[in-house]
Amino acid sequence: MSESAQSQGPLPVVSWLKGAGSDDPYLEGHKCGSCEAVYLGERSTCAKCGTRDQLKPTRLSNSGKLYTYSIVYRSFPGIEVPYISAIVDLDGGGTIKGNLINVEPDPEKIKFDMPIEVVFDDALGRKDKEGNSYISYFFQPAA
Amino acid sequence: MSDVYIVGVDMIKFGRFPEKTVPQLGAKAALMALDDAGLKIQDMQALYCGNLGQANAMVGQRILQEIGQTGISVVNCANACATGATAFREAWMSIKAGVFDCVLAVGVEQMGRGLLGGGGGGSGISKEGLLGSGTMPAVFAEAGMEHARNHGTTFEQFAKVSVKNHHHSTMNPKAMYQIETPLETVMNSEMISYPNTKLMCSVNVDGSAAAVLVSEKKAKELGMGRAVKVLASVLTSDPYTDRDLTMPDVNAVTRLAAKQAYEMAGVGPEDINLVELHDCFATAEILHYENLGLCKDGEAGRMIDDGDVALGGRIPVNVSGGLLSKGHPLGATGIANIYEVSTHLRGEADKRQVEGAKIGMTHVIGLGSACAIHILEKVA
Repeated sequence: MSESAQSQGPLPVVSWLKGAGSDDPYLEGHKCGSCEAVYLGERSTCAKCGTRDQLKPTRLSNSGKLYTYSIVYRSFPGIEVPYISAIVDLDGGGTIKGNLINVEPDPEKIKFDMPIEVVFDDALGRKDKEGNSYISYFFQPAA
Repeated sequence: MSDVYIVGVDMIKFGRFPEKTVPQLGAKAALMALDDAGLKIQDMQALYCGNLGQANAMVGQRILQEIGQTGISVVNCANACATGATAFREAWMSIKAGVFDCVLAVGVEQMGRGLLGGGGGGSGISKEGLLGSGTMPAVFAEAGMEHARNHGTTFEQFAKVSVKNHHHSTMNPKAMYQIETPLETVMNSEMISYPNTKLMCSVNVDGSAAAVLVSEKKAKELGMGRAVKVLASVLTSDPYTDRDLTMPDVNAVTRLAAKQAYEMAGVGPEDINLVELHDCFATAEILHYENLGLCKDGEAGRMIDDGDVALGGRIPVNVSGGLLSKGHPLGATGIANIYEVSTHLRGEADKRQVEGAKIGMTHVIGLGSACAIHILEKVA
């Protein structure tokens, strides 16, 4: 690993995870000023209403509800299974996909609409070709 | 605008043909469809070719290099799993527009084995198993679990779809598999992405299918005996819905297409005698009973429990065996569906014949998303 990569600190797993190296990481959406649709990542035109140049960055909530999920048993080589692939509706807008952790991968233990909190942690030890580490987001049942 | 008729249609038996090239597979179905129509490649004014895996490699022209380089117009289409249906629709439009009277549509695919989707790409690190799963079994499992949350649909009900379609395929010699799979076999096979087990995932196979489409004038000239009328051809893209960009919404895109298709055909769901729909996973089929208006919202579980969608039931679905057992060669699927429905309308489906079939529907979804629906009618 090079000196420069180490000094760079962890990188965000997606462009819309902000403050990756800080003690206050958060997810950023872009909200349409006309129809209030919320997107992940920057864009200039609203896909819902077609309004241009009215999309403003907005800090997404760290709380939400489980909308749907699957328990994944077969994935690509090297990826640890089983895990829960979850779709979460965030309070105040925005729907995101991620791993639901700290719950047994058992349909009996996973309830639709269960309250979820978004937490930030190292990206399961994954590093890119340059040796950079990454910070990711995860879902866990709200305390 | 002229009505459009199918006068020739066929498919090869789906299987694994690694020794063949994609154009060779496509050429085989093309010749079969021409023979079915009693026509030659010299009679074709254009070729619309659907293939995904070699979308940048002029598959249509290479098919003509196998069966006759007549210099006609060739269009190569790619539209995910709606690729074949899109090629067919382009052919249909060329006749509707009055440009041509007699054209050929071919769908062909050569598949590898294993999981589709979720392979990553882009910079940085793999997101698979970190930000959930992008694999197709997981994506369609999540869509199925959305139905479970809204309507209480069970793992067993999803599994019954696979039992039904595998049973249907025992009567289809062109299906990849002809094997009965009882409920316990389906439910106890390897869990891929809950609630989809291995036997609830479509089979990756090689395949091709082709159709000859003609104008009314040409159909009358050729004789209407075995002709099938295209009552509706519709293609939609995913309209904006709140979660679509995070979890592809296969429901809205299908409902939009179904509404347009029924309007264009001037018929309703109650007039449809059989449906070939996009059962890429067992979970998906359940959603589309409601999306296509075959039952009311929330009744799909009952439809599979009561056998309404089995051969002999009120509205048989996927009597070919579906993608689950006939197989799913992506670019060929949309035309293979049309072959299946046409075969029933012609009364030529042998053991799996839907008795008295007069009107049938085909449906495919290309994730990302596209939905193509065709409604076909018996002529003679």
